[in-house]
Amino acid sequence: MTQLQTRSARSAARDRRREDAARRHRTPLGTRMRREWRMYALILPGLLFFLLFAYVPILGNVVAFQAFSPFLGIEGSPWVGFDNFVRIVSDPEVVRAVVNTIQIAVLQIVFSFPAPILLALLLNSLLSSRVKRVVQSIVYLPHFISWVIVISIWQQILGGAGPVAGLFESLGVDGVNIMSNPDTFKLLVTSQVIWKDIGWGTIIFFAAIAAIPQELYEAAAVDGAKPWRQTWHVTLPGLVPVISLLLVLTVGNVLTVGFEQLLLQQPIVGADAAQVIDTFVYFRGVVGGDWGISAAAGLIKGVIGTLLVLGANRLAKRMGTEGVL
Amino acid sequence: MTTMTAPETPTSPMASEAAGSARPPRTKRRRRGPASDRPAWMGRPSVPVQALKALVIGFIVLVMLYPFVYIIAMSFASKDAQTSGFLPTSFSLDAYQAILAGDIVTRSLLISAFVTIVGTALSLTCTVMLAYGLSRTRQVPGSRAILLLVVFTMFFGAGIIPNYLLMKNLGLLNTLWSLILPGLISAFNMVVVRNFFMSIPASLIESARIDGASDFRILWKIVLPLSRPVLAVVGLFAAVGYWNSYFSALLYINDSSLWPVQVVLNQYVIQGSVLTDIIGSDVPTPPSQSVQMAVVVLATLPILIVYPFIQRHFTKGMLTGAIKG
Repeated sequence: MTQLQTRSARSAARDRRREDAARRHRTPLGTRMRREWRMYALILPGLLFFLLFAYVPILGNVVAFQAFSPFLGIEGSPWVGFDNFVRIVSDPEVVRAVVNTIQIAVLQIVFSFPAPILLALLLNSLLSSRVKRVVQSIVYLPHFISWVIVISIWQQILGGAGPVAGLFESLGVDGVNIMSNPDTFKLLVTSQVIWKDIGWGTIIFFAAIAAIPQELYEAAAVDGAKPWRQTWHVTLPGLVPVISLLLVLTVGNVLTVGFEQLLLQQPIVGADAAQVIDTFVYFRGVVGGDWGISAAAGLIKGVIGTLLVLGANRLAKRMGTEGVL
Repeated sequence: MTTMTAPETPTSPMASEAAGSARPPRTKRRRRGPASDRPAWMGRPSVPVQALKALVIGFIVLVMLYPFVYIIAMSFASKDAQTSGFLPTSFSLDAYQAILAGDIVTRSLLISAFVTIVGTALSLTCTVMLAYGLSRTRQVPGSRAILLLVVFTMFFGAGIIPNYLLMKNLGLLNTLWSLILPGLISAFNMVVVRNFFMSIPASLIESARIDGASDFRILWKIVLPLSRPVLAVVGLFAAVGYWNSYFSALLYINDSSLWPVQVVLNQYVIQGSVLTDIIGSDVPTPPSQSVQMAVVVLATLPILIVYPFIQRHFTKGMLTGAIKG
């Protein structure tokens, strides 16, 4: 049914476009542009902003092909072709950063991604809308707290001087400091992400659940489906388009794992566990002054990220959902 | 036990708002019986399942709220407080007095407030102008191309190094503009606002146009008054983004007298710099943990204050824009 609707919507859009084209032939382009000068005036500041702060930096990526020095500038620095990229491949620190990034990304897709779906299903199964609303306003809150504050709070609770360490001490285990343990750090990072964003993530699933027709549940109940079977056969299939859409975006961002979150905790836990691609770029480039190699690493990351979004989007479309683009 | 009530006050606006709006229906519902939320076809939920859900939700709420209650309680702890338990049991304002007597934290709070207010005002203005300017892509030649240009920035960012070099070349390093300008318009927010504008009935705008209203007038007199929910949400996103921003200050600002509160927080709470710098010299020295937590509370407070007012708009404002995009 939905397919039919989209098809008729599509043909309506095509008709409209034809009409437009016909009208366009009647009025010359210059006249139409002059008539809409107010719209261009509204667009102008935003357009300038994106050109200057998004597209000029994209061109600035040419330093990835230079032995860049801030004193010589982009014009004065010597060109070195693909040297920086060759150096990346042979740098053990890059390998470590890539491995850490992928490990954290996999943990987040396995644990942080489904968490809001489960919470949304759980809250949706509550009958009292009052309880639902109160719980929602509580779980949304951490999303609005900065990473600096989140890490401060977690350090206070889970660090060496906090109540959790005190609890372990009273059980006879001394010196428990979850925050500075490199072995469990990636799990810690994943739990922090879940704590901060599980509630916020539910919003979009609530909207999708609300769009599922009540008749489907009625029909399932008449057929004798118990609540958990209704969830499995009605709610979850209703969520598939949203889930696949979000999965596309998540996969596209796979190389961007909580930059500020890791940057803040690196001094506590050490670079072996907390160096990811973005922190490598920052420390090697801005702090260490090796601009070429870190710009090259950033460029590779950006290109791979874009390719991943496009690839995942195509895959989602092939599997029968709408995709993002 | 008396101290238990004090720490909860800052979170209470949220709780009381939720409770206040829900109180009248509660008495009505009780008279009709708890089943009134349940559709007729749905079976009566079993007791063990209900108990399990209550347990899980209780656990989630505890995990979300306990850290906040703990840091607030800790910020009020006095010098001889018993701090090893799950909540410190004493009350003093020493930590706050000490911080407000020093100038580092107070100055950083003022800087963050300035950046947030100016940034949010500019951001909302530019976002609205661009969103309206791009809302009639069928009539305004070239605006579809500009829209694609903007949307592309959601998928491909330039990376840290080129952005740093741009700010350096613009001479904006060590100015507050370097905290305001780079995030001025978020492509995502722009799309959300644009979709909201486009959901306004075309007949409304068309009739104004026939009456001779220009696009400026239509935007100001018709579109904006109808768009309050989405403006509230996008404004909140921008404000929270500016207040919470940490990395741009770390990257662009070396001069510690221009640090916003998040950088100060990292310096003195997470990295544990000596606290004597931030407290006034002529006040009694409070325990260092409560000084740290008092800074955390001061940095969180603005968000806790704004949150309950805007919370109710989330779903309405967010989803009208986001889902269709």
